[in-house]
Amino acid sequence: MCLGIPGKIISISDVEQQLGIVDVGGIQRVVNLSCINETDVELEQHIDSWVLVHVGFAMSVIDEAEAHATLKVLTELGEMQEELAAMQKGAS
Amino acid sequence: MKYVDEFRDPDKARTLLKEINQIAADLTDKLKRPVYIMEVCGGHTHSIFRYGIENMLPASIELIHGPGCPVCVLPMGRVDDCVAIAEQNNVIFTTFGDAMRVPGSKKSLLQSKADGADVRMVYSPLDALSIAKKNPDKEVVFFGLGFETTMPSTALTVLKAEEQGIHNFSLFCNHITIIPTIKAVLDSPGLQLDGFLGPGHVSMVIGNQPYDFIAEHYHRPVVVAGFEPLDILQSLWMVLKQLTAGEARIENQYNRIVPDNGNAQALKAISQVFELREFFEWRGLGSIDHSGVQLTEAYAAFDAEKKFIVPAVTIADPKSCQCGEVLKGAIKPWECKVFGKACTPEIPLGALMVSSEGACAAYYQFGGDRIDAIEVAEKTLEVIA
Ligand code: SF4
Repeated sequence: MCLGIPGKIISISDVEQQLGIVDVGGIQRVVNLSCINETDVELEQHIDSWVLVHVGFAMSVIDEAEAHATLKVLTELGEMQEELAAMQKGAS
Repeated sequence: MKYVDEFRDPDKARTLLKEINQIAADLTDKLKRPVYIMEVCGGHTHSIFRYGIENMLPASIELIHGPGCPVCVLPMGRVDDCVAIAEQNNVIFTTFGDAMRVPGSKKSLLQSKADGADVRMVYSPLDALSIAKKNPDKEVVFFGLGFETTMPSTALTVLKAEEQGIHNFSLFCNHITIIPTIKAVLDSPGLQLDGFLGPGHVSMVIGNQPYDFIAEHYHRPVVVAGFEPLDILQSLWMVLKQLTAGEARIENQYNRIVPDNGNAQALKAISQVFELREFFEWRGLGSIDHSGVQLTEAYAAFDAEKKFIVPAVTIADPKSCQCGEVLKGAIKPWECKVFGKACTPEIPLGALMVSSEGACAAYYQFGGDRIDAIEVAEKTLEVIA
């Protein structure tokens, strides 16, 4: 019920109704963009943005930098574990 | 798929599991019992089972599957109301697929459809509005349910119906709100709970600040979590780290989707169309104050509860059901007397057995007995590999 899927905005199909075409895993669908539409931003500027789609509505623009940062923490954690393991080996 | 596959990386999952194992072992040494962490959201329950996460975790962590599956907490009386509306002349009743098989006191929507009612599954409330537009001589009712995640979509659909003057459309509103629900869980007597995974998609609408009271008054950490395996593991790790440090804060693991302040447009639509109900009846949990919303007076013309005569009777769950205890984490699904016997996904007695977000259905499918569970764990390691 609460799940959503990432999709990429391909084009704007109706500016007045705030509708766009979003590609979700290869399937293209009309999606309502009014929840991600800030008043001073043209809808067109959202083309190529990744959004989270839930029951036909784009609910959030995915923040690329934050996605990278989340993964980076985990990469560094892995590197640290490897280093510790190597240190342990070296000491024995 | 972008933003999905990266969060299923098995190497990173192994790294996290190593950390989790270590911290949880230290914590249980201190506590002399397992660490109890509740995932509030049914979407998380679903992911946890789908990826076999519970089976990857050490015995020192126990996950409690919370009440965040809107289909599972829908009381029988409301399903009866749905059936009553659907079976009126000239009505097309539209619903998300999840709700079709929830048992009412006499029948489910699926059975009502088999009996000849015009019940249709839709993907979006906007699809229901299109059906209304195409069938001007019919009354089209949309069965709105879900937490704050789904509320904006329903609110915007009602606004659209008004704007376009589509008056043969109405909403049977069963939306519920997350905060009173968490509060009810926290206030339930005898509760053993150390921390929460916060609901990711509810938070993308309401933001993180509404959870502050959980840290301030109840001193439990909350980590708002995404839905992929790494999201869930990382969030568990973050909760454990807070517990080790003796902290209780609201953290956001899912910040690629969840802005701290939520979604202004979505919140505006919600506040324009909905108001809090005095109370709302939950299956298994009873009545919780201010836990549901209804359409405001200004949108009464779109309110199915005003347009149609609904029985609105409170119907007690069957005596043998222990859904309430499972929802509060007091017992595990398989400890319910009818689990897998009188209550199965094919013939569900309780709603927790209906939805793939329900703990009972999840256990039945993925963890019914140990051999199955181990097989699933191995398979899921392959899947995320
Ligand atoms: S087994 Fe069925 S009746 Fe028992 S708690 Fe689960 S859903 Fe409810």
